[in-house]
Amino acid sequence: MSQQTDTTEHWDLEIKPQSSVFDLNLKEVWRYKDLMLLFVKRDFTAQFKQTVLGPVWHLVQPVLTTIMFLFVFHTVAGIDTDEIEPILFYMSGITIWNYFASCLTNTSNTFVANASIFGKVYFPRLILPLSVVLSNMARLGIQFLLLLGCMVFYALFKNTPMHFGMSWLLIPVLVLIMAGIGLGLGIIISSLTTKYRDFTVLVTFGVQLLMYATPVAYPLSFLKSKSYASFIEWNPLSPLVEGFRYALFQTGNFNFNTLIYSFVFMLIVLVFGTMIFSKVEKTFMDTV
Amino acid sequence: MSTIIKVEDISKQYRLGQVSTGTISHDVNRWWHRVRGKEDPYLKIGETNDRTSTGNSDYVWALKDINFEVKQGEVLGIIGRNGAGKSTLLKILSRTTAPTTGSIKIKGRVASLLEVGTGFHPELSGRENVFLNGAILGMSKQEIKRKFDEIVSFAGVERYIDTPVKRYSSGMYVRLAFGVAAHLEPEILIVDEVLAVGDAEFQKKCLGKMKDVSEREGRTVLFVSHNMAAVKQLCTKGLVMQHGMNRFSGTQYEAVNFYQNAHQTNSSFLYEGHLTDAPGNENIRILRFDVNPLKGDCLSISSGVAFELEFYNHKGGINLDATFELKSSDEIVVFHHGAILSQQNDSKRGLYKVKGTLPPHFLNAGIFIFNLIFGENQRIALFAINDFIQFEVMNETIGSNANQLPGVVRPAIQYTVSHASYEQQ
Repeated sequence: MSQQTDTTEHWDLEIKPQSSVFDLNLKEVWRYKDLMLLFVKRDFTAQFKQTVLGPVWHLVQPVLTTIMFLFVFHTVAGIDTDEIEPILFYMSGITIWNYFASCLTNTSNTFVANASIFGKVYFPRLILPLSVVLSNMARLGIQFLLLLGCMVFYALFKNTPMHFGMSWLLIPVLVLIMAGIGLGLGIIISSLTTKYRDFTVLVTFGVQLLMYATPVAYPLSFLKSKSYASFIEWNPLSPLVEGFRYALFQTGNFNFNTLIYSFVFMLIVLVFGTMIFSKVEKTFMDTV
Repeated sequence: MSTIIKVEDISKQYRLGQVSTGTISHDVNRWWHRVRGKEDPYLKIGETNDRTSTGNSDYVWALKDINFEVKQGEVLGIIGRNGAGKSTLLKILSRTTAPTTGSIKIKGRVASLLEVGTGFHPELSGRENVFLNGAILGMSKQEIKRKFDEIVSFAGVERYIDTPVKRYSSGMYVRLAFGVAAHLEPEILIVDEVLAVGDAEFQKKCLGKMKDVSEREGRTVLFVSHNMAAVKQLCTKGLVMQHGMNRFSGTQYEAVNFYQNAHQTNSSFLYEGHLTDAPGNENIRILRFDVNPLKGDCLSISSGVAFELEFYNHKGGINLDATFELKSSDEIVVFHHGAILSQQNDSKRGLYKVKGTLPPHFLNAGIFIFNLIFGENQRIALFAINDFIQFEVMNETIGSNANQLPGVVRPAIQYTVSHASYEQQ
């Protein structure tokens, strides 16, 4: 045990005040993958402990929202739904939007909500927002099954044709981009909220407002020839929601260029997010 | 033995007060300095960390230029008063916060136990929590699986393992949490003394486990504690911190002695100003009160205690008494005993000195506090002051028992034993 005394000793870990912003340590995140999965399990199981219906509760919210949208946007406002059955139209929009919204809001309070754990023990902080994205994925899965069920129901009893083809392969890509944007924006906000809580106020209603700037309750085609249509088109989430419907129903306007735009936006947000996150994670305990 | 932790010039600055709009201007200023390649303007200011004095600066150095090394297999005890910077140091070592300046180099895996049961979720069962907590502390799923039975039997909660932990008694909860922690296998273990919770038997188990970890398995332990007996017993090295600075490092015995000597100010009082400002009132002014060992130079169970009070009496011609009330740190009164200074209404104005002694093998180890009451005719209080002097009686090995025993007193009782064999009639 008493060999080398030279100055170039090997150290496993060096704790320093501030490291470069590119010091992301993703290898370490991988080493803690077990923890990430356990957090996913915790989020998922703890939420509905002591309830009779359990995960079925995940279905209540999209069903009720769909009924509401059907009433407000279809019956009252009379907005056309791109030749898609209105119920399926709203439910598909809500399903994918819910995923984005919960990724964003749940990752945006990472630091504040987990301060008690972060203050006592070290693990790569990125684990928590990642686990949020994953556990929401499980929720998305359940809600997607509901949507599929409705689609099958309509195909069987209402003679609405069901398109099952190659376009479905697009869905995982869309979900991943959705997750990336939600995660990226979420960790940027969580990094900012450690010191200035102002942003937490913003997030809750910001997400809600953003939904109306995204074609969730109306199709993009509805805005055609309207002056603010380009504003909605610039929203990087619009191609994702539209693309989701295109994949499922093969209607609506969707092209790959807009998808690439969303993808690039996701990359920028993710890179910028991880950089600011890894800078804040070192000292946030002092200011949170 | 090779060096496993190397701490170099670690400092940590904190900003006092609230985070609000005022902080933005500082942040902007700091950023502006950095853009121009200048030094952070707020690092220059900042004061040493003395909680009791009010400083002018908004910035305070919780740690200042800490340097030390730890070798493999050493158990380093970090001692110091509340607010000396021990916990900040542990936080930096366990990477929950980064230092302001300096660096720490570490070889091997670090596990920190600043708290037991970090991340326990009340709704989850004991089993689920063991896995979650283990993973938070850095164990892989395989590792936890391998040790699961051992952890559960260590904690003694076999029967409740599938019940949500919110239904656990607090003792079961802590035992399960510590069980997970105790089965970590890091090269370096960082332990805060808050860990020593639970009943006496469990505490013993915890300390025993720590001893095992270092002695048998050759791991390195950093241990923060106020319990001098535990430090002496467990550690091989000691580090004394004061006001965020490393005041002393050496063997555990030297460190404990250094700490206690630095602490002496607490167990004596000497007034040197003008008589009218000394603690007291128009009847009595206290000038001096000392607590010292009767023999040797360390207050311990076998040293006995000598206390000496010096006060100025303004009330002539009464029956004066000075009463000493001693209580333990958990407010149990050990005795309430008056020294009758005059009996025939003949007290004198002027300086009185009262000496008292407690024999060896009377007080148990622990913290004790003197209250003083001055009375007339043993009925009317002339002046009373609570928590005047505090002192600590050290634990020591008596016979073969090195543990701190319960109780306020620990008399040397002479037993006579007789034995008769029981026979069937």
